[in-house]
Amino acid sequence: MRVATSPVPAVKARRWRPRREVVEGFLLISPWLLGFIIWTAGPMIASLVMVFLEWNIVTPAKVIGLANFQKMLFGDDFFWLSLYNTAYYTFLAVPLHVVGALILALMMNVQLRGIHFYRLTYYMPSIIPSVANAILWLWAFNPDFGVLNDVLVLLDLPTPRWLQDPTWAKPALILMSMWGLGGAMIIFLAGLQGVPQELYEAAQVDGARWHHQLRFITLPMISHVVLFNLILQIIGSFQVFNAAYIMTNGGPQNSTLFLVLYLYRNGFEFFQMGYASAMAWALFTIVMVFTLIQFKAAGRWVFYEGVSHR
Amino acid sequence: MSRDTASAPARAAARQLDPEATLRRRRRAAAIRRWVGHGLLHLALLVGAVWLLLPLFFLFSTSLKESGREFVSPVQWLPNPVVFQNYPDAMTALPFDRFFINTAVITVVAMLGQLTTATLCGYGFARFRFPGRDVLFTLCLSTLMLPSAVTLIPTFILFSKLGWINTYLPLTVPAYFGGGAFFIFLCRQFFLTIPVELEESARIDGAGTLRIWAQMMLPLSMPVLTAMAIFSFVGHWNDFIGPLIYMREMRMMTVAVGLNAFRVSVGNIAWNQLMAASATVMAPVLILFLSAQRYFIRGIVTTGLSGR
Repeated sequence: MRVATSPVPAVKARRWRPRREVVEGFLLISPWLLGFIIWTAGPMIASLVMVFLEWNIVTPAKVIGLANFQKMLFGDDFFWLSLYNTAYYTFLAVPLHVVGALILALMMNVQLRGIHFYRLTYYMPSIIPSVANAILWLWAFNPDFGVLNDVLVLLDLPTPRWLQDPTWAKPALILMSMWGLGGAMIIFLAGLQGVPQELYEAAQVDGARWHHQLRFITLPMISHVVLFNLILQIIGSFQVFNAAYIMTNGGPQNSTLFLVLYLYRNGFEFFQMGYASAMAWALFTIVMVFTLIQFKAAGRWVFYEGVSHR
Repeated sequence: MSRDTASAPARAAARQLDPEATLRRRRRAAAIRRWVGHGLLHLALLVGAVWLLLPLFFLFSTSLKESGREFVSPVQWLPNPVVFQNYPDAMTALPFDRFFINTAVITVVAMLGQLTTATLCGYGFARFRFPGRDVLFTLCLSTLMLPSAVTLIPTFILFSKLGWINTYLPLTVPAYFGGGAFFIFLCRQFFLTIPVELEESARIDGAGTLRIWAQMMLPLSMPVLTAMAIFSFVGHWNDFIGPLIYMREMRMMTVAVGLNAFRVSVGNIAWNQLMAASATVMAPVLILFLSAQRYFIRGIVTTGLSGR
């Protein structure tokens, strides 16, 4: 064996041979590495090529240079409308989601009798299939007989026509999405459980009240989870699709024509693969810019413990 | 005690002098504050829980209502009469039995792929030192931030060139390539909390890497594996855009797209049957979640999701 020539002690060499560790390590992660090449890097490169093509898959592709971008930016009002709708949805839904989920998680983090029941109940709506959810809310949002407007009548409040009214369709979808706060809540809860208990005990000895503890311990200690949730929520909201596809199909008057819905139509209904790819890259660029801005801004408000950055 | 006899200033003075009394008083005040706080919290959480469960209640109640009584003003809480026939009617209106079989096959096959390969990759990233590991792991994490819509079109073209459209393959095969960055991350974080010494002693006893993975790492990771299994099951069972794009024929549809096809076919009537179909479609997910919820919430909450 190599034990004789190896400078390291015999025991260590027998225990673990470095070269084998490298080979086995690569073998272990090879599914992901292959998958990354096949399902991520490859498609991204392909889509980068496709933005220069006019192609419906069936007939041969035609190189058209930057015409797809030209059309998208200067000749397609629907693209700008879908961008506006998506931004509207994102900038209303994301703050509501992040703040709402954080407040819920703070409440769920209290040692309270029956807290498991609450955690369960609050998480449950987020596992309901989006189609079932859509059917349920189509029923609830019905302007004439829906249960939501029944409640509003009882409270003597105005009853909008919800999904049939261009000004109320987007707020209706946002309201509906609030039902699924559980996913973000559970991530916040995981973060909250990771805050060392000693910090609170020390603060209590010093006489800190709950709002002091919240402001000076909890929020700084979970700020990286806030950043994580914020980024994921923005990425998710920019891709809002299911609800709009199922419930409104982009209407009324294109008020819920979101970016990915329009991309889907271009790709799978109009078979303009090149144009759809250009839209995908527009989406990618926007999301990346937002993510980078958040990472830059994070330096100011996200607190990292002195843990090793491995 | 001397409470009744002493004058007020004397009492105050005594209080100041008696540290034990001060402590008792503070403790009692804290207890009252906690009682009031917890009471208010209970109230708020209960109101929220009712608000969240109300739509589900209406879903089940409407699914049992008589035709034409789905919209009655003022709202009818309980179905009267109760029509169980809505369920068989809905399930036979479209081949829902076939949808269920399709979805079960896709979900189980994809879940197995995700769990197997994500634990393998997570093990590799957690325990093995090899050049480029940290860069690759960062790359893996950064794919979390990639909008899936970006790869949608080229992936569809790839599958259509492979002739995989209208088969189970586009919805299952990709699951065998690491299972996604989030799962790899979860596994790695969990494996990092398992003491290395266990593994080292197994190695000295001659166990190979795969054996350690199967007989040591996996059994020790049940909380995180349960959480992942539920995430994966729910994700595949509920997936809408995947089958929407790849499945062309009725007989290949999953429950999610099948339910939407049913909704389109009945239009704006037969809400009772639509609700019945919805309830049936979500039943497996709800049952799985409710039966495994203890492990699920604990799995996520203890998985060190927080430790970047």
